[in-house]
Amino acid sequence: MALSQLLSSSSRSGNRLKSLSSAISLRHPISTDTTPITVETSVPFTSHQCEVPSRTVQTNAKELLTFFRDMALMRRMEIAADSLYKAKLIRGFCHLYDGQEAVAVGMEAAITKKDSIITAYRDHCTFIARGGTLLEVFAELMGRQAGCSRGKGGSMHFYKKDSNFYGGHGIVGAQVPLGCGLAFAQKYCKDEAVTFALYGDGAANQGQLFEALNISALWDLPAILVCENNHYGMGTAEWRAAKSPAYYKRGDYVPGLKVDGMDVLAVKQACTFAKEHALKNGPIILEMDTYRYHGHSMSDPGSTYRTRDEITGVRQERDPVERIRKLILSHDLATEKELKDTEKEVRKEVDDAIAQAKENPVPDSSELFTNVYAKGLGVESFGADRKEVRATLP
Amino acid sequence: MLGIVRQKMLEQSLKKIRPAVAVLRSYSSAAKQMNVREALNSALNEEMSADSKVFLIGEEVGEYQGAYKITKGLLDKYGTERVLDTPITEAGFAGIAVGAAYYGLKPVVEFMTFNFSMQAIDHIINSAAKSNYMSAGQISVPIVFRGPNGAAAGVGAQHSQCYAAWYATCPGLKVLTPYNSEDARGLLKAAIRDPDPVVFLENELLYGESFPISNEVLDSSFCLPIGKAKIERKGKHVTIAAYSKMVGYSLKAAEILEKDGIDAEVINLRSIRPLDRSTINDSVRKTNRLVTVEEAFPQHGVGAEICACVVEESFAYLDAPVERIAGADVPMPYAANLERMAVPQVEDIVRAAKRACYRSVP
Repeated sequence: MALSQLLSSSSRSGNRLKSLSSAISLRHPISTDTTPITVETSVPFTSHQCEVPSRTVQTNAKELLTFFRDMALMRRMEIAADSLYKAKLIRGFCHLYDGQEAVAVGMEAAITKKDSIITAYRDHCTFIARGGTLLEVFAELMGRQAGCSRGKGGSMHFYKKDSNFYGGHGIVGAQVPLGCGLAFAQKYCKDEAVTFALYGDGAANQGQLFEALNISALWDLPAILVCENNHYGMGTAEWRAAKSPAYYKRGDYVPGLKVDGMDVLAVKQACTFAKEHALKNGPIILEMDTYRYHGHSMSDPGSTYRTRDEITGVRQERDPVERIRKLILSHDLATEKELKDTEKEVRKEVDDAIAQAKENPVPDSSELFTNVYAKGLGVESFGADRKEVRATLP
Repeated sequence: MLGIVRQKMLEQSLKKIRPAVAVLRSYSSAAKQMNVREALNSALNEEMSADSKVFLIGEEVGEYQGAYKITKGLLDKYGTERVLDTPITEAGFAGIAVGAAYYGLKPVVEFMTFNFSMQAIDHIINSAAKSNYMSAGQISVPIVFRGPNGAAAGVGAQHSQCYAAWYATCPGLKVLTPYNSEDARGLLKAAIRDPDPVVFLENELLYGESFPISNEVLDSSFCLPIGKAKIERKGKHVTIAAYSKMVGYSLKAAEILEKDGIDAEVINLRSIRPLDRSTINDSVRKTNRLVTVEEAFPQHGVGAEICACVVEESFAYLDAPVERIAGADVPMPYAANLERMAVPQVEDIVRAAKRACYRSVP
């Protein structure tokens, strides 16, 4: 403990100390140093109908190194999923989140597992942030038993109820009223918790969103609507889809905040602010200005509606993982080598999980008929040829 | 002393059945009677009393006492936290209710009529029905969607459709169609207690109809099994399978048929999904002839499913082709004479039964 404090205050102490510390760091890559560090967010927040949270954020080495590791893990996971999809081990739809990691990680840092999260189909990293494992992710993507939905859901239907993660939804916009319903239930049960309902700039124009927002505002529900604005709804740029792309203002009577979604500390600050607001005053909208490097899904190259220059530009200027790397290095919280070692570690974790998932069996045929109902009442169900395949639902 | 104790015990038991007693007072007949509206209201009341997770949500369910007065008195009793008036935004409030069910509450969503459920159908099918399966059992959805379904009187094309076949297609949903007050009480209580999404299809024209009701049905623990049809009238010459209002018409048809020496067995389906295929098939194996009756559009309907299942399971037992009586294959007209032609009448059921019995030229 004393050693790490020495490190953070004067990293220029002798080479021997440095090599000793790096030896220790290899075995304990996450620093346990919780000495507060003050950082400013990349840009100030912009608000609509509410006060602006401070752009000065408190953090510490432990938190920043955890952020780095978590985001590096998510990044690696999504890129590995890309390869698996091209190898045809993942089928159907696969919507990747690389570029947007700061939203999932920053949000999680601001809340507890008592708070609920619901999102759309770009859900792999949100699931990990809520405590899901890499094996559960890869096994589900490959349709195996060890998947978080036992192989029956697929990429768009990850859930983790014990961490209050409610999916994983394929119908654009549907998750927003569902999220307001979760908030309703939290208020009904007096749980003193909030729900984050995430949606994209494409979903922001859905009518049901405004219906749910109206009811949430009328009933003061602790609902936080988070628009992950990656500027493209599939292939349609925001300015072609929304008359007013200022999504944080679209709530009209509902306050909103615009946040740099590529800055994990800004995300954390905004979510902390939003949680406090929602518990006292009802719904609030957070617009996360973020970016996805991949196309909408694996079937979309992502370059027909935006330029490669734009993509590389964001990667150079705003990448969330790089931002934290620079922050860690500039504050001497770890060395470049330590960070690279962390990345190697997470890469190995991802590779190990994939190997394990590949060995995992596909669901048993009987699983075709399980979970149709929570209480099947002994009812009959049928396969394609009902004279051949029948089952009794338990 | 004993007399006082006995008096007190009598008072206690009277207090428990007071709602039913109030009902009894309004009817002068000796047999206990209850109309469907009161049956539904009492079921909601009892289930809300028994389980604090049950809440009501819908348009006009609270202060207006319910568009059809089904939720009368419940706002006063349970307050604004448990009886929620919504704006006219079906997609929004149905989605909110499903989300609340994900969390573990037990919403009872009222659609003013099921025609309006189409605005929320994505939440019923994709958010509610399929969630337990997609999540491999993590997210169950203990929700009830209830309201009047099918034709009323003179309400025209957009307010008269029957949705039984649409919802019954979907695995993961349970679809119930009560006919009388016993059905209304028993099935609604079962639906609210059931951990799966239930679509509960009532009928506006039945709300005011009174039916005899036993003490067993009035008990607060009374519940009917989901997925079991009821033989309303035993017979041996022809099976008539119907649901909701058409059960009443089928019973009237059976009385007429009896005069012509045809003894009809009338099945009250009660449950469209799960469909009680074994009761239907057992009946057809006994009578060898089948007429299906529904108010809904004929194509891809409940009658078609019943016919298919009987042909698959009991083909050798059929002595005549299956007859299908359904609503006319047109949007519901307004003019009274055309409307009458657009819904099945008792004489249609009689005629079809006679055809099935070869008593008239097909």
